[in-house]
Amino acid sequence: MREVAVVAFAQTRHSATDEGQSEPELILPSLEEVRRKTGLRKYGFTCSGSCDYLAGAPFSFVSALDALGAWPPISESHVEMDAAWALYEAWVRLQHGDVDSALVYGFGKSSQGDLREIMTLQLDPYYLAPLGLDQVSYAALQASAVKADRARLDEIVRRSRADGRANPHALDLPDPAGEDFEVEPLRPYDIAPVTDGAAAVVLAAGDLARELCENPAWITGIAHRIEPHYLGMRDLARSASAAEAARAAGVGKGHVDVAEIHTQFSHEELILRQALELGEDTLVNPSGGPLAANPVMATGLIRIGEAAQRILDGGAARTVGHAAGGPCLQHNLVTVMEA
Amino acid sequence: MGNRCAVIGIGQTHYTTKRRDVSIAGLVREAALRALEDAELTWKDIDAVVIGKAPDLFEGVMMPEAYLADALGAAGKPMMRVHTAGSVGGSTALVGASLIQGGVHGRVLVVAFEKQSESNATWALSTHLPFSASLVVGAGGYFAPHIREYIRRSGAPEHIGHLVAVKDRRNALKNPYAHLKIPGIDLRMVESTPMLWEPIRYLDTCPSSDGACAMVLSAEDKVTGAAPAWVLGTAMRSEPIFRAGRDTVNPQGGKDCAADVYRQAGITDPRREIDVAEVYVPFSWYEPMWLENLGFAAEGEGWKLTESGATALEGDIPWNASGGVLSSNPIGASGLIRFAEAALQVRGMAGEHQVDGARRALGHAYGGGAQFFAMWMVGSDRP
Repeated sequence: MREVAVVAFAQTRHSATDEGQSEPELILPSLEEVRRKTGLRKYGFTCSGSCDYLAGAPFSFVSALDALGAWPPISESHVEMDAAWALYEAWVRLQHGDVDSALVYGFGKSSQGDLREIMTLQLDPYYLAPLGLDQVSYAALQASAVKADRARLDEIVRRSRADGRANPHALDLPDPAGEDFEVEPLRPYDIAPVTDGAAAVVLAAGDLARELCENPAWITGIAHRIEPHYLGMRDLARSASAAEAARAAGVGKGHVDVAEIHTQFSHEELILRQALELGEDTLVNPSGGPLAANPVMATGLIRIGEAAQRILDGGAARTVGHAAGGPCLQHNLVTVMEA
Repeated sequence: MGNRCAVIGIGQTHYTTKRRDVSIAGLVREAALRALEDAELTWKDIDAVVIGKAPDLFEGVMMPEAYLADALGAAGKPMMRVHTAGSVGGSTALVGASLIQGGVHGRVLVVAFEKQSESNATWALSTHLPFSASLVVGAGGYFAPHIREYIRRSGAPEHIGHLVAVKDRRNALKNPYAHLKIPGIDLRMVESTPMLWEPIRYLDTCPSSDGACAMVLSAEDKVTGAAPAWVLGTAMRSEPIFRAGRDTVNPQGGKDCAADVYRQAGITDPRREIDVAEVYVPFSWYEPMWLENLGFAAEGEGWKLTESGATALEGDIPWNASGGVLSSNPIGASGLIRFAEAALQVRGMAGEHQVDGARRALGHAYGGGAQFFAMWMVGSDRP
């Protein structure tokens, strides 16, 4: 495989409420920041991730292209998935050998609708969606299957929210409190907050990566796997697809300093720690993770960006970025980066 | 350009207004199974699945790849969902080809679909963000002014569009999968249909179809089945929809995309060197417009090629021998169908609508406000 690295990462100061910005307005500052960091204004390939259902109108990515100022015309593609998969498509495109740089971005404004209900539309339209099983309800099924210790979950939320308060991009959320359930066994604070935001990453190959930054975060492994859709066909307490993606990406081949994982519910950290075989000495979600800021469609890309940033900053030697999609962690992508 | 990639299997469904006998999953599986059968392979031989479709609002299923993973044998494998507006079918093939060319996988299944009967596409296309009020209804409402501008610039006579409609619909009579089959179609019939968006009459426009198309793509050392179609060049281009000064009649993105593909395939004179082209023509007038955009004719001259019969099945540069988008339009799949039909031609497997001796074929798709382009060139000879 050709050497490809993350050379720049930028994200918005994510917001818990609609601040009146359109999606293109959300993405502009991050695009400008990675342009400034790399000095690159043209890229061999560009790819984005977004979801029309967040806005309730088709073609979210069309207006984002206007924000990009794609002129003269650019080589560009889009995945209607978390932008982590846009990064994967860009990484694949860089493997051809004819282009050396790629711009990847993702954005989402969850504040415009009811995310819990919108995610119901992701289910099998004939058998599952009509049941009205919403996102928190099916996550609660998974939390029940995990049989997680309440104190352990509270600790995950407390740590994530504290780390989030120390992260200028994440939301300032108080320590977990209250005995009420949202959907038993999930309490309101076990659920990632509604968040608006965007992020951008620049990938570069070989010598260009070395030219553009001092400590490129080299992608030494990247893989993703999907599982059956129906919840009854999976052992919800485990994530076979995350485990298989981690194996294919080579997570276990060395010590992991930092792992940024896509945990939209506190119990998912337990499942993913096990699937990725992360040891107790791996720092998990030091950014606060999705429990402190969850701009849907950019969240997975931010995990890769945050994990890369530890290497770009010179503080870590080997990190993992993880992204998830589909109900109950159906689809998982794992990226291993090394200094 | 990375490793060599070949098309080794193609599967299509019969395109029709409503497929009430199958679910969305049943529809895509039907196409995928036919592609596997063509490649003489089974699900276990596939390393990854790439699926494409137009906006999720067309069926009301958000991110349908999650639900469709089971039906496409993707469990335990990587699966991706591409969405680049009307060009998405083409982009889906290109992402699949990229996985081979980048050396990531040996065999990839690409599938694109639309089951338009589950929803109302014109409504879904007319829904705009609240801060950008629009007077446009549907794709025809958007493209009609660009067609009028083409007519004004080129001085094309008004029957040119109707000639394309008649030609493509006659070709469709030879394609077993085509949706619209109108025996006895002629110029008078097209002219007599209602005006929808000046100058687009009812029979100048594409239908709404249910349907899916699938392809198996393979690395050189994994080729199976009958004659492979070799990928000779691939490219995508995008430009902003609202850039002032953008030429929507002859978009720069289309010209650049074609130039990139021709360069990779070693084509210097498309009209002479390309044997057959499957080009995204959802409104009849887009044939002369794209003849110019793709370099088959000089600016303002495309309509003369159409009028001369050069693009007919028996002409020297047959365009849309399959009947094209005008005859079958499951939107998200329409681009992939163009790419697949181009491959069928160079494999010599296009049946009654086969162009004799076709060795090099162009597949083309466009989308959005004529701002997204995806193209590939395929050939019968290994590059």
